[in-house]
Amino acid sequence: MSLSPGFSGRRGFDTSRLPPGQYPTYDFPVLSAGPTPEVDTADWEFTVASETGWRATWTWEQFLALPQQDVTTDLHCVTRWSKFDTRWRGVSLDVLLADAETAADFVIAHCHGGYTTNLPLEDVLDGRAWVVHAYDGFPLSPEHGGPARLLVPHLYLWKSAKWVRGLTLSPVDEPGFWEAAGYHNHGDPWREQRTWQD
Amino acid sequence: MRDGNALAGPLSDLFLPDPTTAWRLCPGCGTDAALAALHVYDQGPAAVARCPRCSEIAFRVARHPGQLWFDFGRGGALRFPAS
Repeated sequence: MSLSPGFSGRRGFDTSRLPPGQYPTYDFPVLSAGPTPEVDTADWEFTVASETGWRATWTWEQFLALPQQDVTTDLHCVTRWSKFDTRWRGVSLDVLLADAETAADFVIAHCHGGYTTNLPLEDVLDGRAWVVHAYDGFPLSPEHGGPARLLVPHLYLWKSAKWVRGLTLSPVDEPGFWEAAGYHNHGDPWREQRTWQD
Repeated sequence: MRDGNALAGPLSDLFLPDPTTAWRLCPGCGTDAALAALHVYDQGPAAVARCPRCSEIAFRVARHPGQLWFDFGRGGALRFPAS
């Protein structure tokens, strides 16, 4: 009997961790919608603002002084690659949003370079989202979103916005960069929510 | 006011020519550039065409199953040669 060289064999991929329509990769592809912004941590600020007018801002030093978490997780890109066991370090959004005065249901991430993405607030709480600054033990490189990016690994990777500079809490949903170009508003890879039609 | 059928004439003029013959005056920085000079980022989920000088988005083209999304946003006008 011949066996097809499936992903779960000699290369050790566990296909049960692959959402539908995805293939595993050892690489870390760089997919960008524009030039990579150069963001100096000396100028870096992270701002969270809510619909009540409440806002909080952290400098790079203040951000690094917040409680840090190490996260190992799988990534799933809507272009169909998945990468297992990626290792990150950063600050949970539970920490960054802990003091927010808000009744908002949505959060919009804003980035250097103009990129935005929208998420339900419940998707970024309870240990499911971080602002990360290190990958695999090293400072996050600019092509992967450094100095800091959002990490929301249970959704397609376009939701994990690179070069993030702030969050806006809003009672009204606002489709972001890809969401306004036909990509799914939520983006759950396990339900294969790729486009508006899914 | 007329309904959208009135667009048939002007749109047939717009979409018939080879798009690479078009030029774009960037509303952001004033750069006048042929489409061939735009910077295109198409490794991601869709193609994003940007001004070669200021990086402002000219337009985006996203291909989804059975549909093609063509989003000009605030990208200004494309200028085609016409007889």
